[in-house]
Amino acid sequence: MKRRYPTQDHPLLRLLLTVIAVSVIGLFLLLPLATVFSQALSKGVVAALEALKEPDARSAIWLTLLVAAIAVPLNAVFGVAASWAIAKFDFRGKQFLTTLIDLPFSISPVVSGLIYVLIFGLQGWFGESLRDANIKIIFALPGIVLATVFVTFPFVARELIPLMVDQGRDEEEAATSLGASGWQTFLRVTLPNIKWGLLYGVLLCNARAMGEFGAVSVVSGHIRGLTNTMPLHVEVLYNDYQYVGAFAIASVLALLAIVTLVLKSLLEWHFADEIAATHRH
Amino acid sequence: MEKDLTEFVMSLVVDSVAKNFERFPALNGVSLTVPQGAFLALVGPSGSGKTTLLRILGGLEFPDSGTVRFADINWLEVPARQRRAGFVFQQYALFKHMTVEKNIAFGLTVRPRHERPAKKEIHRRVEELLALVQLEGLGKRYPNQLSGGQRQRVALARALAIEPRMLLLDEPFGALDAKVRKELRVWLRALHEKMGITTVFVTHDQEEAFALADLVAIMNKGRIEQYGTPADVRRSPKTPFVAEFLETGPQRNGLLPPHAVGSHPA
Ligand SMILES: Nc1ncnc2c1ncn2[C@@H]1O[C@H](COP(=O)(O)OP(=O)(O)OP(=O)(O)O)[C@@H](O)[C@H]1O
Ligand SMILES: [Mg+2]
Repeated sequence: MKRRYPTQDHPLLRLLLTVIAVSVIGLFLLLPLATVFSQALSKGVVAALEALKEPDARSAIWLTLLVAAIAVPLNAVFGVAASWAIAKFDFRGKQFLTTLIDLPFSISPVVSGLIYVLIFGLQGWFGESLRDANIKIIFALPGIVLATVFVTFPFVARELIPLMVDQGRDEEEAATSLGASGWQTFLRVTLPNIKWGLLYGVLLCNARAMGEFGAVSVVSGHIRGLTNTMPLHVEVLYNDYQYVGAFAIASVLALLAIVTLVLKSLLEWHFADEIAATHRH
Repeated sequence: MEKDLTEFVMSLVVDSVAKNFERFPALNGVSLTVPQGAFLALVGPSGSGKTTLLRILGGLEFPDSGTVRFADINWLEVPARQRRAGFVFQQYALFKHMTVEKNIAFGLTVRPRHERPAKKEIHRRVEELLALVQLEGLGKRYPNQLSGGQRQRVALARALAIEPRMLLLDEPFGALDAKVRKELRVWLRALHEKMGITTVFVTHDQEEAFALADLVAIMNKGRIEQYGTPADVRRSPKTPFVAEFLETGPQRNGLLPPHAVGSHPA
């Protein structure tokens, strides 16, 4: 007698689905990743490491980390504030705000970059006054940070809004009736309840912030050793036929992404109990 | 157990309170006078405005018109966090990420430093409350490791920890089976006798209301149809609605509550 679990599909169908899933993942995810590393190491480990020690490469890595270090915390704060307002309060224009948050996802990153050039560039609205004040935004760090913040804005908020809406206001109301101030309620009730969603949003935001190409490319000006981030530097090297260098930096980017994912999985694994507890019981 | 109302100080006075949600009237001119230390039950079908009235008493909602006075102060001017109204929510609303102990201690630990009891004292109070709600030894658990009835009692202990000036209970036994309900009911009444806190208790179940309370208010469509001692109401129902309500008994009064159809975690 063969018995199947009621919700289980036919074995052949299961096999087929598994094969499709594995091959798609292999073809579109693992293969390119393997190629990146193998190209980087095609002339040996030493050559790859040398390529990373090159001043322009080091400056690109440093710039990328710096931009992420500024943009991610900003977006974490913005994201929490926005989703808190949307999920826990009723106000006019709430729907509009929700739509606005998604804007960076629906606009092409190149356009987002161009917007900043139009606003802050030399020919832009504030161009002359900024030049007179000797403030450089476009083709400098502030522009890159602005573009990155804009492009990665939705990640945290998008992660948190559904979570916070689902959690409702019950616990906040309980905290208030027990005498907690708004700030205490936020720190001791709201924040702990969203911390896993927040962490996930921050990790995604970070991955995108370090990998952003389009918007940053428009505002950066591609000044080698000065305003080139890692993705931009990869392109520059690649166009120069410096494949080892290009792929070595690409490998670092890929490694950063992998570390991010591993970190997330480790945390999830380690705190599995607590994560289960903070989901709606 | 009929009590003469005049022997009490009139403590909670609700006068012509009305509340609309987007022009839909949830409360339609509700007036009540509750003596100090009394146990009041609000009964009525689903959607009759019981929760809304309770939330107004707790400061979580504000009426469009009408007044509420408590112990001779304008209660509506006191912010929710300063009312010290022990609120037990329809869905418990325990802090999921805190242990039972931390849940119960919450109201004490958020006090400003000069009013906050010492750690030891908080611990002692928590133990005391755990014993009171008969949950000794479960302090280290998380809410999702408790049964419905246990969660309910944690919610109650948490509300009692702040030494509330009034207790507001929103269908505290709603999600429990009949047997546990009866046990907790007896227990709650005994607790009330001991503490003497003015208590407003919301329920669907008229039998529960009549068994527990000193006073019952029967609500329908945002109004109070009748208000009085259980014996009075039973003896002479004032409106056809009340008469019918008393006949039909529990669970058949109007729609079932949301948690009765399984959306609520058991
Ligand atoms: N936040 C809200 N927004 C809109 N309408 C609401 C809101 N809260 C309550 N209402 C409406 O007000 C009316 C009274 O609701 P309330 O929650 O007070 O009823 P209830 O007597 O507690 O019902 P139940 O027994 O089902 O808990 C209902 O018709 C409800 O739909
Ligand atoms: Mg209700």
